[in-house]
Amino acid sequence: MDTVPLLKRLSEASGVSGYEHQVREIVREEFARHADEVRTDTLGSVIALKRGTAPEPRPAIMLATHMDEIGLIVSEMEEGFIHFQQVGGYDDRVLLGQEVVVHGRQDLPGIIGGRPPHVLPMAERKKPIPYDKLLIDVGLTPEELAAQVRVGDLITMNRQMVELQGGLASGKAMDNRVSVVAAAICLEKLGRMHHEWDAYAVATVQEEVGLKGAITSTFHLQPDLAIAIDVTFGKQPATPDEHTYELGQGPTIGCGPNFHPRLYEALVDAAKALEMSHQIEPAARVGGTDAVAMQVSREGIPTALVSIPLRSMHTPIETVSIKDVERTGRLLAHFISHLDGAFLDSLTWDPYENADEE
Amino acid sequence: MYLEELSNAFGPSGCEDEVRQFLARTLRDKVDSLQADALGNLIAFKQGTGPEPRLKVMVDAHTDEVGFMITRIEKNGLLGFRAVGGIDDRMLMAKGVLVGPKRLPGVTVAPPIHLTKPEQREQVIKIDQLLIDIGADSDDKAKSLVSIGDYVTFDTRFQLLGSEGLRTAKGKAFDDRAGCAVAALLADEQYPVDLYLSFSAQEEVGLRGARVAAYRIQPDVAFALEGTVCDDTPKDRDVSPTTRLGQGPAITLMDRSFVADRRLVALLTETAEANGIPYQFKQPGVGSTDAGVIHLARAGVPSVAVAVPCRYIHAPVSMLSMNDFDHLVSLMRASLQALPEKWPGTGQR
Amino acid sequence: MKELIKKLTETYGPSGHEEPIREVIRAEVEPLADEIRIDALGNLIAIKKGQGGGKKIMLAAHMDEIGVMISYVDDKGFLRAQPIGGLDLSTMAGGRVQFADGAIGVIAPEKRQEFRKEPELSKLFIDVGAADAQEAKKRLGQAASFVRPFADLGQRIVAKAFDDRIGCAVLIEVLRRLDVTPHEVYFVFSVQEEVGLRGARTGAYGLEPEVGIAVDITASADTPEAPKMAMKLGAGPCIKVMDGGMISHPGVKNLLIETAEANDIPYQLEVLAHGSTDAAAIQLARGGVAAGCVSLACRYYHTPSEMLDMADVENTVALLLATLQKTFEL
Repeated sequence: MDTVPLLKRLSEASGVSGYEHQVREIVREEFARHADEVRTDTLGSVIALKRGTAPEPRPAIMLATHMDEIGLIVSEMEEGFIHFQQVGGYDDRVLLGQEVVVHGRQDLPGIIGGRPPHVLPMAERKKPIPYDKLLIDVGLTPEELAAQVRVGDLITMNRQMVELQGGLASGKAMDNRVSVVAAAICLEKLGRMHHEWDAYAVATVQEEVGLKGAITSTFHLQPDLAIAIDVTFGKQPATPDEHTYELGQGPTIGCGPNFHPRLYEALVDAAKALEMSHQIEPAARVGGTDAVAMQVSREGIPTALVSIPLRSMHTPIETVSIKDVERTGRLLAHFISHLDGAFLDSLTWDPYENADEE
Repeated sequence: MYLEELSNAFGPSGCEDEVRQFLARTLRDKVDSLQADALGNLIAFKQGTGPEPRLKVMVDAHTDEVGFMITRIEKNGLLGFRAVGGIDDRMLMAKGVLVGPKRLPGVTVAPPIHLTKPEQREQVIKIDQLLIDIGADSDDKAKSLVSIGDYVTFDTRFQLLGSEGLRTAKGKAFDDRAGCAVAALLADEQYPVDLYLSFSAQEEVGLRGARVAAYRIQPDVAFALEGTVCDDTPKDRDVSPTTRLGQGPAITLMDRSFVADRRLVALLTETAEANGIPYQFKQPGVGSTDAGVIHLARAGVPSVAVAVPCRYIHAPVSMLSMNDFDHLVSLMRASLQALPEKWPGTGQR
Repeated sequence: MKELIKKLTETYGPSGHEEPIREVIRAEVEPLADEIRIDALGNLIAIKKGQGGGKKIMLAAHMDEIGVMISYVDDKGFLRAQPIGGLDLSTMAGGRVQFADGAIGVIAPEKRQEFRKEPELSKLFIDVGAADAQEAKKRLGQAASFVRPFADLGQRIVAKAFDDRIGCAVLIEVLRRLDVTPHEVYFVFSVQEEVGLRGARTGAYGLEPEVGIAVDITASADTPEAPKMAMKLGAGPCIKVMDGGMISHPGVKNLLIETAEANDIPYQLEVLAHGSTDAAAIQLARGGVAAGCVSLACRYYHTPSEMLDMADVENTVALLLATLQKTFEL
C-alpha cells in the first residue's frame, strides 16, 4: 500500500464532525479493498469486518479510528461576510489569516480576515481576536452570498498536504486521518496473515464533539476487545516534556485506568517481539479519545489506545512521521493475528483464585 | 476489622486489585456468587429468601481511592507524578507515599522553609513541580525499582482514636472504603430481596465501574454507599457543614450527579425512625457519586445515596465516627428487610 | 392554545420534582392517546399508534423547569439554595420562588453592592417570612421554582418556563390535531432535562426509536447588542443544525426543511454555540438514533420573563403535523 497518496487524499477530503460524507466515501472504498464486508451505521460510522478463521461464535476485536475533523460552521451572514461558530476546538489564534473552503452550494474559497493593524489602536493590536469577532470573506456580494451559502454550511481549512524533510508530512485533519490510514494498512496486512478473531475496523464519526460514533458503534458491535487509534502530542517547543513524544520513534501505547493492564502489556510485548520502536504514554486522567467511550460500553470492554505522535495538534499544519503511521498498522496486524481463544481468559481475574490457600 | 484492612489496602483508580482480592476472600463463603469484569468491578450476589418475583437490589460502593501515577523519571532519580482522581494540590507537599507494585516508601519533597522567600510561600506548588524521592540516586537506579505508569498512594495507617464518645477513627481512603466495609458487612445477613453488592472500580475518574456494573445487573432499585464530605469545623459564617460527624448516616436528596428517588429516601428515613437510628441529610448540590451513573443505566433505575460523614476526604488522612459507620450498617440492613413491603412495584408510578 | 400554555407555565415542576406538571399534562393527553406510560425515572409517554408502514418516532419536550433546592436553613430561619439547572443570577435577586405547597419566598442578596459587582449564588438567601427558625427548617431539601404570572402581549407572550412548557404545549397540540399517520409516535414528556438530559437518555433507551425529534426553545438574536446568530422571533420554527450538545442528523434536518418548504411554513436555520436539548441524549441511545430538533426562538431564556411569538408556536405545530403525515426515508 502506498501510504502517502492515501494519506494525502484523506487529509484533503472534507469531513467535519457530523458531516463526514466526503471522507466517508473514501474510507468505504479503501476499507472495502481489504475487508469482507463494509457498512455504515445510523450516525454514519463506517464498519469494516475482516472475518477470522476460528469456528463461530468467534471473538471480535474492534479498532476505532475517528474520521471526523474539527472545522467551522456558518452561523449568520452580514453584509456579504460570514459569521461562524466552531465545530470542535481550534485555538482562536490559529484562525486569523487562514484560507478556508466554505461548503455551500459549491465549494467557495475564503479568507478568515480581521481589520488591518495599521488602523487599530495599539492596545487592540496586541490581543488575539476571539473567533466570534472574526469573519470569513468569500469575495461575493450579499446577494450572491445568500444564493450560495446558508446558515449551517460547513467550513474546512483550505490546505494541501505537503511532505517535509525526514519522512514527515504536514496537513490539515492529520488528527485523525493518519489513524484511518493505519487501520487500512492493518486490514491490508491481515489479508496476508492468518487470524482467528474477527477484526472490525470502524471509522467513527463525531469524536471531536463527544465520542459519539464510538459510543453508538461499540454498543452495536459488542466487541470483546477494543483498541482506539488516535494521535498524541509530538515534541515541540513551549510544551511540557513529559506530555510529548518524539516523531519517528514509533507509536505510543497508553497505560492508566482507561486501559486494561493486561491488554496494555500484550501490546507492549507485541511491539518488542517486532523489535519495533514504541513509546509508553502514561495517562493518569481518563479523557480525550474514543477509548474512553469504548471501555464503558454495555458491560465493559478491555480497551487500549495506540497513538501516533503529531505536532501542532488542531491546526491546519499538523505534522507526523509517515513511518509511525506504518508502524502502527503493522503493530496492530501482528497483534490481531496472534489473538487466540485463550487470550480473553488471560485478561480476566478469577475472584475464586487461591480459594484453597486460606 | 474490615474497615481497617480496606482502608490500609492499596487501590488507586485502575489498580484496585488488593482491595477486590481482600473482598473476594472475605465474601466468597458468604455469598452465592462472585463475578469480575473488564473494568475491575467485583459483583457479589446473594439470593433473597423472599417469594418470587423478588426485587433486584444493587448496593454499590467504590473500591478505588484518589492516588497518583508516576509519569516521569528524572536524571537524579526523583519521580514526577500526576493525580489519579481529584486531589487538591495543597495536600501534596511533604507527605509519605507508597510507590508501585513493591509498595516502596517514598516522600513528596518540599523545600525547607529556611530557603524559601515569603513570596514563594504564598504560592501553591503545583503537582507538575513536585517530585517523589524513593532514595534512588540516578534514573537507572530508579528504573530498576519503578516504571512509568506505576501507581502511588499516601502511606497512612488506620487507627482507632477512642472507644467512647464519637469513637473516631483515622485512616486514608474512607471515601469509599467505609462504603465497601458497610457493603461487606451486609453479606452477613439474609434478605427478602436479591442483593447485588457491587464493589465498583474507577469511581474517582468518572464513575466508570458502576456504569457497566449497573448495565450488567439491571437492578430494580439501587443504593450507593459512600464516605462523604463533612465540613463541620468552626466557621465565621452560618453556612452548611454539608454533614456533621456523629449525627448519623447522611442521605443525599440531590447532588451534582442525580436527584434521589423520594420513595427510597422515605424508605431510609422511615426505617431509621422506626429503629431509633439517627440520620441527617447531606447538603444538596455537593459532589457526585456512583448513583449518578447507576440511575441512568438502560431505561433508568430509581436510586438513592447514603454515606458515612468523613472529615478531610481526598486528603492523606481522613476521620470518621464508628458510631456513624455502625448506624449505616444497621440502617442498610433494616432497610433491605423493609424494602419489599414499601416498594410499590417496578417501573410504574 | 394560550390557555393551555398559561396553565403549563404556571404549574410547579423543577427537575426531579415533576409530579404536579406531569399530572396536568397527563390530564390533557390521556383522552387523546392510545396508551399512556410512566417509566422508571418519571417520563410521561403518550403513544399514538399509526396506520403502519412508517417509522418509530420519539418526540420529546421536557416537563421540568429550572429552580433551586434548599440546602441549608440558618439559625435565624433564612434559607440557602443550590441550583437545579442553569440559573441566571442577575435576574434572581429581588425575585420570588414557590414551593410545591404554594408557599412563596423572596430571593435577596447579602450585600447589594458586593452582589452587583460579583454575583454568586452563595451570596443569595431566601426569606419565607418564617416566624422562627424551627418553622423554616422543614424547607430543608425542598425544591422551589421561580414564580411569575403569564402575560399575553397579543402577538407575543411572556412567562417563566417556556423552556420547555411551550414544547409540552406544542406536543399536546400536535397529539390533539394528529388524526392519521403511518408512523408509531411516542410523545415523551421528559424529566430532568435541565440537570443533564437524564429522562431523555433513559426514555430513548427504553423506547428504541428510529427517529427522535426534540421540541425546545433556543436563543433569539434580535435584542440590543445580542451576539450574532441567525434566530429571531416571528421568523418561524428553527430547524436545528447544531448546538452545544449535538449536530443534527443531516437526514432529519433535510426532512424538516423539505417539509416546511413543501407546506409553505416559514422556518429558520439554527446554529447555537452553547446549550443542549433532549435530542442530544436521544441521538446516543443504544446503537444510535437519527435525531434532530425543532426550536422556538425565545428571548431572555432561563429568566422569569421568557418571550415567544405566537406565530412561531402555531408554525411549529404545523411543521410537526406535516412531517408526521407521510412516510419518509432519511
